[in-house]
Amino acid sequence: MTTPQIGKIHVTMTVNGTQVDGLVEPRLLLVHFIRENLQLTGTHIGCETSHCGACTVDLDGMSVKSCTVFAVQVDGANIMTIEGMANADGTLSALQEGFRMMHGLQCGFCTPGMIMRAHRLLKENPNPNEEEIRFGISGNLCRCTGYQNIVKAIQYAAAKLNGTEFKEAAE
Amino acid sequence: MNDITLTREEREAKLEGLGCRRKRVEDIRFTQGKGNYVDDLKLPGMLHGDFVRSPYAHARIKSINKDAALKVPGVLAVLTAEDLKGVNLAWMPTLAGDVQMVLADGKVLFQGQEVAFVVATDRYAADDGVVAVDVEYEALPVLIDPFKALEPDAPVLREDIKDKMDGAHGPRRHPNHIFEWTVGDKELTDAAFSKAEVAIKELISYQRVHPSPLETCQCVCSFDKIKGELTIWGTFQAPHVIRTVVALIAKLPEQKIHVISPDIGGGFGNKVGAYPGYICAAVASIVTGKPVKWVEDRIENLTATSFARDYHMTAEIAATKEGKVTALRVHVLADHGAFDACADPSKWPAGFFNIVTGSYDFPTAYVSVDGIYTNKAPGGVAYRCSFRVTEAAYCIERAMDILAQKLGMDPAELRMKNFIKPEQFPYHSALGWEYDSGDYQTALNKALETVKYEDLRKEQAAKREAFRRGETREIMGVGVCFFTEIVGAGPSKNCDILGIAMFDSCEIRLHPTGAGIARMGTKSQGQGHETTYAQIIASEIGIPAEDITVEEGNTDTAPYGLGTYGSRSTPVAGAAIATAARKIKAKAQMIAAYRLEVHEDDLEWDVDGFRVKGLPEKFMSMKDICWAAYNSVPPGMEPGLEAVSYYDPPNMTYPFGAYVCVMDIDVDTGVYKVRRFYALDDCGTRINPMIIEGQVHGGLTEAFAIAMGQEIRYDETGNVLTGSFMDFFLPTAMETPHWETDYTVTPSPHHPIGAKGVGESPNVGGVPAFSNAVNDAFSFLGSTHIQMPHDFWRNWQAAKRLGVTG
Ligand code: FES
Ligand code: FES
Repeated sequence: MTTPQIGKIHVTMTVNGTQVDGLVEPRLLLVHFIRENLQLTGTHIGCETSHCGACTVDLDGMSVKSCTVFAVQVDGANIMTIEGMANADGTLSALQEGFRMMHGLQCGFCTPGMIMRAHRLLKENPNPNEEEIRFGISGNLCRCTGYQNIVKAIQYAAAKLNGTEFKEAAE
Repeated sequence: MNDITLTREEREAKLEGLGCRRKRVEDIRFTQGKGNYVDDLKLPGMLHGDFVRSPYAHARIKSINKDAALKVPGVLAVLTAEDLKGVNLAWMPTLAGDVQMVLADGKVLFQGQEVAFVVATDRYAADDGVVAVDVEYEALPVLIDPFKALEPDAPVLREDIKDKMDGAHGPRRHPNHIFEWTVGDKELTDAAFSKAEVAIKELISYQRVHPSPLETCQCVCSFDKIKGELTIWGTFQAPHVIRTVVALIAKLPEQKIHVISPDIGGGFGNKVGAYPGYICAAVASIVTGKPVKWVEDRIENLTATSFARDYHMTAEIAATKEGKVTALRVHVLADHGAFDACADPSKWPAGFFNIVTGSYDFPTAYVSVDGIYTNKAPGGVAYRCSFRVTEAAYCIERAMDILAQKLGMDPAELRMKNFIKPEQFPYHSALGWEYDSGDYQTALNKALETVKYEDLRKEQAAKREAFRRGETREIMGVGVCFFTEIVGAGPSKNCDILGIAMFDSCEIRLHPTGAGIARMGTKSQGQGHETTYAQIIASEIGIPAEDITVEEGNTDTAPYGLGTYGSRSTPVAGAAIATAARKIKAKAQMIAAYRLEVHEDDLEWDVDGFRVKGLPEKFMSMKDICWAAYNSVPPGMEPGLEAVSYYDPPNMTYPFGAYVCVMDIDVDTGVYKVRRFYALDDCGTRINPMIIEGQVHGGLTEAFAIAMGQEIRYDETGNVLTGSFMDFFLPTAMETPHWETDYTVTPSPHHPIGAKGVGESPNVGGVPAFSNAVNDAFSFLGSTHIQMPHDFWRNWQAAKRLGVTG
């Protein structure tokens, strides 16, 4: 049996700098479009109820939980996922490096969403203090790290992007 | 041949061996979104399965009508218990000696129970199919309160075994009774209580919680009809055990089952067991001939797979007036839900709960545990815990505080007075364990000095006075916890899972160019095994950690292992690595002796190779030995350089720690502030301090969640009230306190590298530290014990009960 193509809608968007399109059911969640249609599986699903932030992507300059957006809502949008985060030469970006250097991840499941959120946070506030970071990532849950080293990872990245020195070690 | 430009220290540093804060290998892929988790897998023609679940906690199934569902576009099949009976899989054995319905057979026993499995071309169609399955139920009386389970007129839950009064762990005395497990000397203990100068008794409950790793349980099953082979990719903490379970229950030859655990998004015990989803996906793949994916959503995860704890412990301590403990007696009412699916070693229905004497020298003790059925989800997993150690540590650490309060003694002083002393190790506990090593006094002293404990107590006394004078509405609590863990299950003499001894394994293969691969029977879920295991090898045989690939999670390539849970990877698999590496080193020494033309005994190990004693310039590096192993071995020796080790630990390991929590609570709102949390851990030899600290942070955060808000709650009709992250408390970065970590090092005498394991310690020790802080805050108002979780509302309720707020 094949699924009839009832009411499918054509969407076009830019994902990590590449124009993509698809014919999708109106109810298809953006996270499924990204993961299954585009095969960009770095964006994760931890709850499907907008609580965990594992599905966070950058959408037209905002952090968005892609499990709570329909693909058809973002027709024409500009999206960045974790797969678009590395530097152009393939090396780790400041945030990715910060997470590794400060031991800001363990199982890695929250990490893509966390990095995408931190990316936008640092655009909004290039020099956040600890409290601002904690508030800024409070839409993203991590079950492994206890956040302390995630905060450090973001501070590390902020320092690197600002050209200042970050001395603290992971703890 | 030696790189003479490097100093010894530089050569050592290059290895990144034991003690190095080595950055993680795993992070390169995880930070780029290139992890490989189960749901990332997409196979050609892959179908999706989803469950119809029971809205009732207890009901008879009158009928299941699939017709409408089968008409839904994309739906290919709907499986029910009747279908599974054809392949004898409607029920499956549990790890605890019980049986569990795979799909509801005649009745349902908990809300969220699996009733039918819909298979469709994609996950949306499967969901449509689920909604279209028509199930008619007849509600039955519900049993939620564990204290009512054994009443004569309690509803009988398990009709399948209602007349079978001898259970897997001895006689049952009620249809809702699973087992009674006793340990210790009852007579001696009762006698000690009858002549006790002081005694305390308290019901201490550890509520039902859930491990909820960020990735839920999931699998892809693919049956190849031509070859008769089944491949399962799944979120399995113990892939080999899953393979054996599948072989036993699906009656497939074990060599035709391939189990693969790819990257796992956290486990914490949730991913040890075998769940109906795995069985249904496998059957669906066999039936349809296509790969079938099953991915649990979060609500399903919280309501149906694997709760933890739900232990109701009545603890009694007998002591002298001077505060010397003389006996411990504990009775536990253990709520196992609808099926006994606890993931404990087979002979341990209450896990290692008999570690409940803790860090103290109890002359005698007696424990009895009654396991019972209720209309709740099955599970009872060791959530970041070595089989009920968490419950035991909470019980004894709370009880010691209650005793201190009764004696009017400082809780730290009471602990100090009753500690097992360094010279008593190896220590035989009254409940049967042999503690390997410890120096409790040193650890607690270090903790008390660091937090300036005496000053805290003075400040608290002053605050209490101010509170009494009405100058403040805030009360201050200092929570002290000193825990002893038992991890590294375990010795074959007393630990098995389904009859398989709980050893673990490692195969190391070195390549000609001096690089290599280590294959393991364990499976990391975030612990960083790819990083730390290589460090052990580096220190043992002088090959830099970065030149060793660590591979886990493929049952075809890895030697058989029992998996990763209960902090067993370092104590058991870590030892297997060291012993495999030592086999390699022994062969390497023979090769080096042959090439350097000396007797083996004339060689000594030097960081990364062998040196001729007294002739420092005659040296052969391990890298060169690797090459030689493939072209010029001594006559009669087989070429190659590899070894396998199956390590059966002679004993468990006993990590310990001293934690202190300082908390302020506003009595009018119940709002608490964690002012300080200090955690000193002694996990023996420290392989990678960065990873240890990360584990401690994570475990403390889970402990914080449990103590201060987490609970799987049911209403009296069996509805789960905490089915999403909206209601089930997982702390964000905002609530999570700042963690201070510290350590002492008391190596395990029986472990090849002296390591003890650390992953769960912070969870074991953290919960009592938080709970003791809250209870300590309220104690001067006349309270002895307030049940967890200590959320704002409950704190406020406690303040009201104690008459200090309106
Ligand atoms: S999956 Fe989107 S917030 Fe959890
Ligand atoms: S690293 Fe596992 S959830 Fe954050």
